[in-house]
Amino acid sequence: MIEFRNVDFRYEERPILQNISFRINGSESVVFMGASGSGKSTILRLILGLETPQRGEVLIDGKEITRMKESAKRDIRKNIGMVFQDGALFDSLTVGENVGYYLFEHTNLADDEIESRVRQMLGFVGLDPDDVIDKLPEQLSGGMQRRVAIGRALLSTNPKIMLYDEPTTGLDPQSSENVLRLIVKLQEERSVCSIVVTHQIADSFAIAKRFVVIDKGTVAFDGTLDQLRDSNIPQVTEFLDPFRESMAGVLERKFVAPG
Amino acid sequence: MVRALFGRPWYVTETLEQMYLIGIGSLFLIVLTGAFAGQGFALAFSVELADFGAKNYLGRIMSISIVRELGPVLCGLMVAARVAAGITAEIGAMKSSNQLDAMVAFGIDPIRKIAVPRLIALIVMVPVLTIICDVIAILGGWIIAGLIAHVTTTMYWSAVFERLIFGNIFIGLFKPVCFSFIIAFVACYKGFSAEGGTKGVGQATTESVVLTSITILCVNFFITKLVFSLIKGYL
Repeated sequence: MIEFRNVDFRYEERPILQNISFRINGSESVVFMGASGSGKSTILRLILGLETPQRGEVLIDGKEITRMKESAKRDIRKNIGMVFQDGALFDSLTVGENVGYYLFEHTNLADDEIESRVRQMLGFVGLDPDDVIDKLPEQLSGGMQRRVAIGRALLSTNPKIMLYDEPTTGLDPQSSENVLRLIVKLQEERSVCSIVVTHQIADSFAIAKRFVVIDKGTVAFDGTLDQLRDSNIPQVTEFLDPFRESMAGVLERKFVAPG
Repeated sequence: MVRALFGRPWYVTETLEQMYLIGIGSLFLIVLTGAFAGQGFALAFSVELADFGAKNYLGRIMSISIVRELGPVLCGLMVAARVAAGITAEIGAMKSSNQLDAMVAFGIDPIRKIAVPRLIALIVMVPVLTIICDVIAILGGWIIAGLIAHVTTTMYWSAVFERLIFGNIFIGLFKPVCFSFIIAFVACYKGFSAEGGTKGVGQATTESVVLTSITILCVNFFITKLVFSLIKGYL
């Protein structure tokens, strides 16, 4: 469970989040939407303990993490996988070394065993291990890089919580759909709690049942898809209006996890 | 970073890799620097010493000035220009592409993983490179002494070895260790604090080289001053 209690976060005196409170339960899938710069990504960084709020509390499974020592935060992070914007793959390492990074660093497994698990994971995220394992990230397309990043996060900690920062931004429709399918597959097969930050409206409807709209660092809306569609909250209508025409078709869109 | 130096985990492979990159990678640059600096220095002094009929002191001057001052400073500046820029650019690029955050997310301390191996590699390799620079520079001086200043080989080398005493060698090796800390601290700090994307990384890299070079020159002066105050009797 993730809980924010009255969280304020400023960056160099510029307010990013103001009095944010919400709770996300067990295997829930939540999408945080909002315009660029509204503070969505900061929420993920706070959950991961990469930033410390000036006020308020962030609780992960009941443990308040904002005042924790770095060593204690590492234990919390073992249950969290993060897919950064643009993947954040280690560009000097091969795909195989990226995906097996956590195992190389934190376990004493033999190289053969790690490679076997890496190959299995690459297959799980829909990549051909023989084709990509020895390539550098720069040799892959954006969509493939994003899938490698998801594989890396999954193989590292077998997480209960997956955080996705703009997972489909900058991808072509086919790659975008592949990544979304993978997110849905993870939710269905592993029951992980997915928290997705995006401003891609169409994508968000396909992967979650709960939606939070962040506007200027505050929670403007928190509810279901139907509530979102019928909302009269000015910040929500202002954010959704440009997409209204295309929303009707999008709302029917469902992703089925590949077998 | 200093505290991390003594804590686990130790990244031995990364440290050895950095020692290779810094040591072997800078070798050609250091050899060139030593050769031309030594020859130029010897040429200038041989002319001046000839006016006083003191050409036989060339080896002595070369020994003191190269081992105690020029070798460590030139080597420090060359390594700073080559290595500090690389460290800052690499760490800055990793930061701007979220790779450092990804590392933290996987339970890795970037200071231990990135900064400490570079610091250790510098502490080991800069003194070694300085010794090589000293040797090449003094050899360069010997060529000038023989071909232009007409100082005999025996005279030159006996004068060189006469001043290769504990105090001079100690200073000549103490300075590179100090310079290693300066290069590592400044370069890593500038990399970790780089902001503003590609432009910010470029700016941090430039600042890193400038700040490292200036600091090396300043610290060199103060070490020399301090040494003259404390161990003058050994010089």
